[in-house]
Amino acid sequence: MTPPPAIELRRICKSFGPVQANKDISLKVMPGTIHGIIGENGAGKSTLMSILYGFYKADSGEILIGGRETQIPDSQAAIKAGIGMVFQHFKLVENFSVLENVVLGAEDGSFLRPTLARARKHLTDLARDYEMNVDPDAKIEDLSVGHQQRVEILKALYREANILILDEPTGVLTPAEADHLFRILRGLKAEGKTIILITHKLREIMEITDTVSVMRRGEMTDTVKTAETSPQDLAERMVGRKVLLRVDKAPARPGKTVLEVKDLRVTDGQGVERLRGIDLTVRAGEILGIAGVAGNGQSDLLDVLGGIRAATGAVTLNDAALSLSGPGSDARARRRAGITHVPEDRHRLGLILDFKAWENTGFGYQDLPKYCQGLMMDNRALREDTDAKMARFDVRPHDPNLAAKNFSGGNQQKIVLAREIEADPDLLLIGQPTRGVDIGAIEFIHQRIVELRDAGKAILLVSVELDEILSLSDRIAVMFDGRIMGERLPGQTDETELGLMMAGMEGRAA
Amino acid sequence: MQKLPAWADVVLLPLINLALAFLVSGLVILYIGENPLQALKVMVNGAMGSTRGWGYTLFFATNFIFTGLAVAVAYHASLFNIGGEGQAALGGLGVALVCLAVDWPFWWMALPAAIIGGAVFGAAWAAIPAWLNARRGSHIVITTIMFNFIASALMVYLLVNILKAPGMAPESAGFPEGSHLPTAYDVLGLFGIPFNRFAPLNVAFLVALAACWGVWILIWRTRLGYEIRAFGKSEPAAVYAGISPVRIIMVTMLISGALAGLMGINAVMGEAERLTLDAVQGAGFVGIAVALMGRNHPVGVLLAAILFGALYQGGIELEFEIPAISREMILVIQALVILFTGALDGMVRTPLERVFASLRKGAA
Repeated sequence: MTPPPAIELRRICKSFGPVQANKDISLKVMPGTIHGIIGENGAGKSTLMSILYGFYKADSGEILIGGRETQIPDSQAAIKAGIGMVFQHFKLVENFSVLENVVLGAEDGSFLRPTLARARKHLTDLARDYEMNVDPDAKIEDLSVGHQQRVEILKALYREANILILDEPTGVLTPAEADHLFRILRGLKAEGKTIILITHKLREIMEITDTVSVMRRGEMTDTVKTAETSPQDLAERMVGRKVLLRVDKAPARPGKTVLEVKDLRVTDGQGVERLRGIDLTVRAGEILGIAGVAGNGQSDLLDVLGGIRAATGAVTLNDAALSLSGPGSDARARRRAGITHVPEDRHRLGLILDFKAWENTGFGYQDLPKYCQGLMMDNRALREDTDAKMARFDVRPHDPNLAAKNFSGGNQQKIVLAREIEADPDLLLIGQPTRGVDIGAIEFIHQRIVELRDAGKAILLVSVELDEILSLSDRIAVMFDGRIMGERLPGQTDETELGLMMAGMEGRAA
Repeated sequence: MQKLPAWADVVLLPLINLALAFLVSGLVILYIGENPLQALKVMVNGAMGSTRGWGYTLFFATNFIFTGLAVAVAYHASLFNIGGEGQAALGGLGVALVCLAVDWPFWWMALPAAIIGGAVFGAAWAAIPAWLNARRGSHIVITTIMFNFIASALMVYLLVNILKAPGMAPESAGFPEGSHLPTAYDVLGLFGIPFNRFAPLNVAFLVALAACWGVWILIWRTRLGYEIRAFGKSEPAAVYAGISPVRIIMVTMLISGALAGLMGINAVMGEAERLTLDAVQGAGFVGIAVALMGRNHPVGVLLAAILFGALYQGGIELEFEIPAISREMILVIQALVILFTGALDGMVRTPLERVFASLRKGAA
């Protein structure tokens, strides 16, 4: 007789106001398997997992854990039912030790000492069993991102989780760290744990899962055995139509040097040097891709070139020197000089989420003559221009009066992209162009970037997605710890070599 | 959670808050053995039952419009200016100096000069906290409130030692005849409309209405207003867009301080016609409640200011008509309204949002 499923969902429905986030979702996950859930942004993956972890209550439907119907009104109940969750953004107390974080919320008495002693023993066992060595006395803030993630997993295991849900776990990891994570997950699976992996990376689904479910617009459209599918097939199921996974582009025809950066250095507020002497050039009609694990200085580089952060060194744009600190080094001056910037974090920088789409179209360009008359804004001109941009960039819904926060991630990115590309820059800075963007829009955004290149513009691309770097760039520079580790041509390198360089190793001798 | 529809946020919610405030006030009045309905009747009648009542209500409202707009403008840049009290006091000083410096022949010559005087002094008083915030990162709430105390001490010093007119009271000399502003009685009389002769409502009310319109244009129509709102929503994004935080903080606080300072043309020039120690009378703080209740929109500020004006005038009548309800009781009622419409806004908001959410579900 087969055992009951570890998790069974029966006809789960959840709506937020008029939006139905989960429609009639049924799912069975067998114990001791790794089950992947993929879907575009806004497909309802996170809502479904939040229901399972007790953050939301389903409007209707049943949850069965190990064959028994279970009510999960809050996360305490989820933990009791043996469910552990590792969030995309870790929920750790930065200045607590590993041990304290693991125990937090699971203290079994009024006094901390005996709990900590027991936890230390337990943690050592877990670390031994699952190849998860973490110093129990290290402070979280001193740990690498990969180690922090291990602490999150240990936290769940300490609470005796039998079902582990991981939400986009590899977004912040180097390829090597991701491999280690997968080894850990395989070990857990061998122990009989059930794992649900939410990701948008098809490669990971293919590599590690046993079964995979596809979600589209709040519905669970397919559940298939991973062995019986392919990345192309899954992508089509996710989007509901044929998609291009590789970027279709002609060879670059680079022209004269547009951007030249020499010995660029940035020191942050804590006195830490974030950029330690960056040298690079970008030519017209060329995409220079910067690869690297998040936090190795790529953001600082974009900020300096975009006029958000002061630096020392020398930067020339079309042979004219740019000032790097003081007046004339702000974002306004950069835009006048011909640099436009699609920032890495469109929510924090690129958009004012409460502003309407038409107000966001003028953002950063509020003093252009076409958008204002003297001291007054020309709101009508802005609205008309937004309307036209939305048509050209296929922004949906096509409504200039809708607030930016009400668009999906992909459409928000299109609003920013339309603004920055149509400002006709000599140099476009673009960070994480497709982060949190669905597959259909990724294709569109990549095409626009290549079109801009073919129009003879220089493009500096920063992305933590190696796939994206490899398929878009004409040249690749790898950053590690504030330095450029080296440059490679996309045809003459591979993920392994770039991954090593991203981890600070020199890579193969070129 | 879906937000409230706009009309519920702007109209329904304040009305519910107000009703709750009156309900609790009614209980308090009941507790001291008076009839709450009778008290309500006296208040409404006193504030709006006669041209005299209206004359006082709108006079108080004029003060609250200026201080309310001051808070609202700063709020759009995410600056919480609670220094309206001090800025208005200094604005009164500026108005007084202008009125005393020149023997003005006509009020319509004195008024523009007094507007400049009040605005410049109010703005100057806001400039120091603004600069400390923009350059040194000092918290604007702390610095503006501290500047209220400094302003109060400064006014005492000036009125006791320098500006004091002969006599017992610490107040300046009366302003020259030519700087006296026409009252509602004078203006409406020109059109043959009778109005109470002694009510202090004067042409400064029209200046306040113009200020409402000006603030609306500023915030929603000008490039500066766009930049102020963008900065208020997100400072990092504003920097990304090339908007200078220092410039926005300084300019916004100068405008805010100037608006508070304009209160002087109503209270000092329009009514007292001399500079006194208690010219502001807490209007700076009422401005916070007015801006909160008016959702930082000039129209909302105007309506909320009239409500608070009525509350002030009605309170004075109540104190006079029903002796058992003392001055302190009036303060309690006013405080309850501020508490319910301002600080306890969220108490009603969340349940109301739930009601609307379930209504929506029922309709779907």
